[in-house]
Amino acid sequence: MSGKPRLTYLNGRGRMEPIRWLLAAAGVEFEEVYLETKEQYDKLIKDGFLLFQQVPLVEIDGMKMVQTRAIMSYIAGKYNLYGKDLKERALIDMYVEGISDLMQMILTFPFSPPDAKEKNLEAIKERATNRYFPVFEKVLKQHGQDFLVGNKFSWADVQLMEAILAVEEKVPAVLSGFPQLQVFKTKMSNMPTIKKFLQPGSPRKPPPDAHYVETVLRVFKK
Amino acid sequence: MSGKPKLFYFDGRGKMESIRWLLAAAGVEFEEEFLETRDQYEKLLQGGSLLFQQVPMVEIDGMRMVQTRAILSYIAAKYNLYGKDLKERALIDMYIGGTDDLMGFILMFPFLSAEDKEKQRAFVIQKATSRYFPVYEKVLKDHGQDFLVGNNFSWADVHLLEAILMVEEKKSDVLSGFPQLQAFKARMSSIPTIKKFLEPGSQRKPVPDDKYVETVRRVLRMYYDLKAN
Repeated sequence: MSGKPRLTYLNGRGRMEPIRWLLAAAGVEFEEVYLETKEQYDKLIKDGFLLFQQVPLVEIDGMKMVQTRAIMSYIAGKYNLYGKDLKERALIDMYVEGISDLMQMILTFPFSPPDAKEKNLEAIKERATNRYFPVFEKVLKQHGQDFLVGNKFSWADVQLMEAILAVEEKVPAVLSGFPQLQVFKTKMSNMPTIKKFLQPGSPRKPPPDAHYVETVLRVFKK
Repeated sequence: MSGKPKLFYFDGRGKMESIRWLLAAAGVEFEEEFLETRDQYEKLLQGGSLLFQQVPMVEIDGMRMVQTRAILSYIAAKYNLYGKDLKERALIDMYIGGTDDLMGFILMFPFLSAEDKEKQRAFVIQKATSRYFPVYEKVLKDHGQDFLVGNNFSWADVHLLEAILMVEEKKSDVLSGFPQLQAFKARMSSIPTIKKFLEPGSQRKPVPDDKYVETVRRVLRMYYDLKAN
């Protein structure tokens, strides 16, 4: 074994993308195995790799970890991106969970029926601009620091950066009412590990397309 | 302020029930404020108490915490129910992820049409018996210990007990193929704090009924049109 974490998922964003972001932001190199066929997936289950028969799967430090949140918490804890004490953790957890709710809408979007797409896009825009982005705009404005929690780079910053870019792909001018978030986005983009992840050739995956949707439906067909 | 955590939610299970369970299991007394009217909810919103405009909200240690998972993690860590190190935490988090997904299928139950309720009930039982219960049965069998992780009572045990009882409410003999889980259930139910929580008069909430559904819909103006999985 190489010692690097090994990620097993489809060759696309889905539920694995926040994990790729976090590892990359922490400067951790990782390997990836891509599921392309139902047979591959069935074999993983048969061989006992998937605790609840689901991916993401991340093999890390001798564990076969599943459950996105569990994986992210472990990585954040291991690489000191989880605050300095219980209260900072609590803030980071609250922010991450909120962002995760927003990202859930983006996650399911490609799978919405064609006649629901416009409504769902509008819902993403509404939630981002009225519920989630104002919270982080206010947090940054109130303490005036570069990072969301404890004046230190954390999991919350990585997650917010990912969400901003993901929403911008759908709603290009979404940050126009959020000057703090615009500054935050620029600062995050210039952090060396994130800058590298944003360059072509990195493990970052492109927005989901029809081929990705087709692969998901095929691999996980009952 | 009394110093006790204060829970803001409807007078019913929903997403707050796991929090009640964990506090109770940890032996922590708590107060509750029940949302009954739209006005109460709007007042909370206007007062800026709800970070993402949602409940559950728990006032604890000077914080107004929201997001169920964040609240549970904080309580688990504070009361030493989160394992002794990062790897035990990882196991607990994975197990919680499973029971959370399972209980999530039950969460929407009261909001479904009669026909969808039947479909969902079958779905829950199928997932419980083929995907989730076998995992915990095996964990307990493999290490032969009383608790899921690290031979120590943790959040994962509380969550699993809660999930077992919830699924049993849908099918009373659902544990018939799971002897380890039956023994686990008996052991957990005998733990003093949990035993107390399982007695009438505790803050444990009953199975949600139509009145609960009607209150949630009235207060949140949501969840009118949920479908089965």
